[in-house]
Amino acid sequence: MILRAAGLRKFYGEFCALDGVSLAVDAGEFVSIIGPNGAGKSTLINVLTGVLRPSAGSVHLNGREVTGIGPVRLARLGMARSFQLVQIFPDLTVLQTLQAAVVSRLGRGTRLFASLARDREVEAGALEVAGLFGLDDKRHTPSRQLPQGDKKLLDVASAFALRPEIILLDEPTSGVSTADKTAIMEILVSAGRRIGLKAIIQVEHDMDIVFGYSHRIIALHQGRVLADATPAAIQADAHVVDTVIGRKTVLPPGPR
Amino acid sequence: MTGRVVLALAGAGVLVVPCVAPTYHVLLMLPFMAYGVALLGLNLLFGYTGLVSFGHALFIGIGAYTGAFLTSKFGVRSLEAILVASAVLGALVAAPVAALCVRYVKIYFGMLTLAFGMVFYTFVLKFYRVTGGDEGTPYLRPSLLGFGLEEIPKTDYLIGPYYYYSLVVLALAAAVMWRVVHSPFGLCLKTIRDNPAKAETLGISVRRYRWYAFMISAVYASAGGALLGAPIGNVDPTLAYWTHSGNLVFMTLLGGFASFFGPLVGAFAFIYLEDALKSLAPSFWRLIFGAILAAIVIFAPGGLLGLVRRARPLGVSRA
Repeated sequence: MILRAAGLRKFYGEFCALDGVSLAVDAGEFVSIIGPNGAGKSTLINVLTGVLRPSAGSVHLNGREVTGIGPVRLARLGMARSFQLVQIFPDLTVLQTLQAAVVSRLGRGTRLFASLARDREVEAGALEVAGLFGLDDKRHTPSRQLPQGDKKLLDVASAFALRPEIILLDEPTSGVSTADKTAIMEILVSAGRRIGLKAIIQVEHDMDIVFGYSHRIIALHQGRVLADATPAAIQADAHVVDTVIGRKTVLPPGPR
Repeated sequence: MTGRVVLALAGAGVLVVPCVAPTYHVLLMLPFMAYGVALLGLNLLFGYTGLVSFGHALFIGIGAYTGAFLTSKFGVRSLEAILVASAVLGALVAAPVAALCVRYVKIYFGMLTLAFGMVFYTFVLKFYRVTGGDEGTPYLRPSLLGFGLEEIPKTDYLIGPYYYYSLVVLALAAAVMWRVVHSPFGLCLKTIRDNPAKAETLGISVRRYRWYAFMISAVYASAGGALLGAPIGNVDPTLAYWTHSGNLVFMTLLGGFASFFGPLVGAFAFIYLEDALKSLAPSFWRLIFGAILAAIVIFAPGGLLGLVRRARPLGVSRA
């Protein structure tokens, strides 16, 4: 078991955003978290990634308690994330962005007088990930000049460059045209295999993506886990479909 | 390529200044070089880490007072020793100040640095017995590389040996800073400037790196202060006053914080502009200075070097 969360509660004043959420993710799994707006998805992601400290409950990564330890240490321990609203370094090029992640992974950030340009290992690590994400042609483009889809890819690519064991993707395809969504997911999954990623958790609204890629789906509703099952079992559960997904959605078949 | 040519020309220019320029202009170059050292450090914080300090005159003051105390009270005249002592003292003071300041960003960071600057200013102003209060402390002529140079007139000392000594210190400081901003460490600072939240998720500890950047900038500013004080010959609290901190930010904006050499251009332009305006309009020069600053912020946020870059559209941007 890579990631385990037990009895997570989070209060914002009187409001209870998470009301006893437990979940576990094993090696080899692609898990999607779904739920209507206000179900607690963002809070859950922020608690799992150590940004928020839960009011109660704990998070364990590889058997080690990581509750609320913050993103910096989690990144070192092998958990990476991407954001719903794309996060880039506007003035840095694609290559520099990926180099920063590799520098951080190799613990070379305090090399004050070393030449970054002559660090072949950092450059190779960055270019490898750029290649996996199809960004190598744009390696010298400043991030702010990239098209939206490439910004999204770069955000995720820089997380991959940390070579994490597990990655949490907060709406990896939001703000991207329907045509590009599948392409992005294909890149993600194959890049994950190449860098030895053990598990992916995503929060996603697009049910085609959720049902097309997940091994397991966790449905949140009003801060609780409504269902935690395979896509097939979720589809068969009329209550979950009614509450979380909506009747109109035509559900595609199970994982590819 | 153009950049290297310009740099080589500028380097050759400053080398021959004492031989060709009138004494008055050679003397004006001394504060330029001292500020240059300080601003290289300040811009690591400003341009590369995204933090604007309004308190770095504190470190200029530490450097200048270190030189004054060592030469006039402790009989230490070696400028090398003064520079090292200034850097060490600057770092010692900066360590706790930086630890507190880097917990804040933007205006809060600026205000906190301003507050620490004011505390130091008041300290040197009020502790009359130690610092000489507003009369200041004499900064006796320092020896250079073991040469006392007492026998030559002060002006000859300043426009000759002291000029070249300052130039070497500035060149070394620039070379070291060049390495720092092009190192893996420098890249981490840029990620923090651009997007601190994202930097954290990449495992880069924002506070820790901001602290490092602050420390380096304080060491540079202290060394710059030590160089600045000697030609004046007397160190008083105005060096540590907050308007002096403001001048440092002005110089950086004037030249352009987005480029490595921007602050040096800014220091040079500031000193000559101030000198020209003071003689042209003795009672209005601050007014004109203020108008220039406003115009730069509005029309040329990239400073003088930013204007040059814009005129040269194919110029490679150095992030």
